[in-house]
Amino acid sequence: MSRIAGCFSKLSDQQRTALIPYVTAGDPQPGVTVPLMHALVQAGADLIEVGVPFSDPMADGPVIQAACERALVHHTSLHDVLEMVREFRTEDTETPVILMGYLNPVEVWGYAEFASAAAAAGVDGVLTVDMPPEEAAELISAFRDHGIDAIFLLAPTSSEERMDIINRSASGFIYYVSFKGVTGANRLDVDAVSSKLMEVRKHTDLPIGVGFGIRDPESAASVARIADAVVVGSALVGRIPDLADRPEAIPAALAETLSGMRSAIDAVAGSR
Amino acid sequence: MEPTQAIDPERSAGTLPDEHGHFGPWGGRYVAETLMLPLDELTEAYNHYIKDPEFVAELDADLADFVGRPSPLYFAERWSTRLGGARIYLKREDLNHTGAHKVNNTVGQALLAQRMGKTRIIAETGAGQHGVATATVAARLGMECVIYMGSEDIKRQAINVYRMRLLGADVMAVESGSKTLKDALNEAMRDWVTNVDNTFYIIGTVAGPHPYPAMVRDFQTVIGREARDQIQQQAGRLPDALVACVGGGSNAIGLFYPFLADSEVAMFGVEAGGDGLETGRHAAPLCDGKAGVLHGNRTYLMEDPDGQIIETHSVSAGLDYPGVGPEHAWLKDTGRVTYDSVTDKEALTAFHEVTCVEGIMPALESSHALSYTARIAPAMDRDRIIVVNLSGRGDKDVHTIAAMEGITI
Repeated sequence: MSRIAGCFSKLSDQQRTALIPYVTAGDPQPGVTVPLMHALVQAGADLIEVGVPFSDPMADGPVIQAACERALVHHTSLHDVLEMVREFRTEDTETPVILMGYLNPVEVWGYAEFASAAAAAGVDGVLTVDMPPEEAAELISAFRDHGIDAIFLLAPTSSEERMDIINRSASGFIYYVSFKGVTGANRLDVDAVSSKLMEVRKHTDLPIGVGFGIRDPESAASVARIADAVVVGSALVGRIPDLADRPEAIPAALAETLSGMRSAIDAVAGSR
Repeated sequence: MEPTQAIDPERSAGTLPDEHGHFGPWGGRYVAETLMLPLDELTEAYNHYIKDPEFVAELDADLADFVGRPSPLYFAERWSTRLGGARIYLKREDLNHTGAHKVNNTVGQALLAQRMGKTRIIAETGAGQHGVATATVAARLGMECVIYMGSEDIKRQAINVYRMRLLGADVMAVESGSKTLKDALNEAMRDWVTNVDNTFYIIGTVAGPHPYPAMVRDFQTVIGREARDQIQQQAGRLPDALVACVGGGSNAIGLFYPFLADSEVAMFGVEAGGDGLETGRHAAPLCDGKAGVLHGNRTYLMEDPDGQIIETHSVSAGLDYPGVGPEHAWLKDTGRVTYDSVTDKEALTAFHEVTCVEGIMPALESSHALSYTARIAPAMDRDRIIVVNLSGRGDKDVHTIAAMEGITI
């Protein structure tokens, strides 16, 4: 069983919803990322999504775009991101780590070579947002060869046919994009997500994480009632600009935000 | 002469792309999940309407009466004589309504948007020509229009920005990344994913996710079909060479495509060499780029070893783009088209030459094609024929040119 599958299985036994924070690697500087990851685990993260900075983050809103730009000032590369995961793994061998980013850095590295290096660094899953399953056969097979879960998105526009395609391609969990839009937008409609998830669950047995637009403990709790995992990105990353001149304060500050969400989620545990 | 039809639904000159938008290893559809269904719907609507006689008739009529087609094929006699080699014919896309080839595509996509029941049009623009052509058709059809433009380009192309605003479009300044065309495209994609229910995204070049590269090409091939008829009527035979500038590559593919099966016709695509390929400050991914994935398709890109897209440079905002249409990547690999580059300086020289000798002021983009023509024409015999796509007029560039030459207007 992969580290991701094991994590979800344990949480399911405990009737808990997973909390998955997202942070962009290297934001606002490379030294912050690993301590930040540890702090997020302390604050209740069950899995961690590490964003791979990209020059053209088409699916992201202004908060994550700015995070990418800050990280790229220091030329944080995909190689650097794997180095950070490797360092994280020296102290934490349990928390699953998922890379989230765009295809081109992986494309340039080479699928097989990247998959091998990522597995060696301790990466458990990879989500390339601009890689639909139709184009992904070779990439998925490289990931499978190295025990890496291929995470795919489902969206409000996904047809039942696409749910089946994605179920066949995905492993670990499925990331449901809560609305039509970019990361961080204020468009979350929990009822709409809830009815779509009922449909999605007819097509897959994989755990379903919900992300985009979860900005506070209340929205985290309401999504936790219907999803297997709550993904929080812009609400955390959006705090970084104000702390950029005090980078040592970032891990504690973001951990505080996350732990508020953790408490709210746990308060609705078992109510699914 | 029989009017040349706006569109060739049989795509008789080639069979690519395949049903998933692949030109060999290039092209495809690399977008986030939310856009997969809208792109399927667009593909289906497009494939339906290009075979609908009513749609084609309306497009034909618009191209004739609104755009002013057919555009002339003009024998540049004085310039040909001065260069002392091949006879040079200019395909006068600069004479289209709005002053460039871009309108051929926006008229087609806007009609499609209307058929699909969309009420809002968005587009990205670099030089502003595609933005103006989009704002123009949106005004005519009474549709809401939002144009995304990098804030750097807004500074370079103030006149086109004002034209778009006069036409009723909202011009949104894009401040992210390099603040140029690629970032405008990112922002337009973000708008589309957010407003996909009522919004049609008119991409201006033969790039992006399937079906855009094929669809934009099909709307632009009217250039090549007209030129093919016109040169046979004027010269009694096919040309020996075609020349066009390549940014994303829509005017080039529009000219080239109807000639692809004519093996005796050589084709030259001219990229923006900027300060020179050796300086790295250019926008010539086919000449000096690497394979990658950006903006929904696999193609040649200007990128660093980590896969980050790098900033490009060209005096011509319309060529200042780090990617290129996937069909050009394929035509490069197969060797059917030869791709080369021309520097800012060389393009400027050609601009002045053609302006003074022919009384035609070409766009800086088109000046790249003209410069390359001046490079190859002298070595060709006088009975040889070159057709150059004069893709746009230069009025929009006079401020840039004056600034380069230290002149204050």
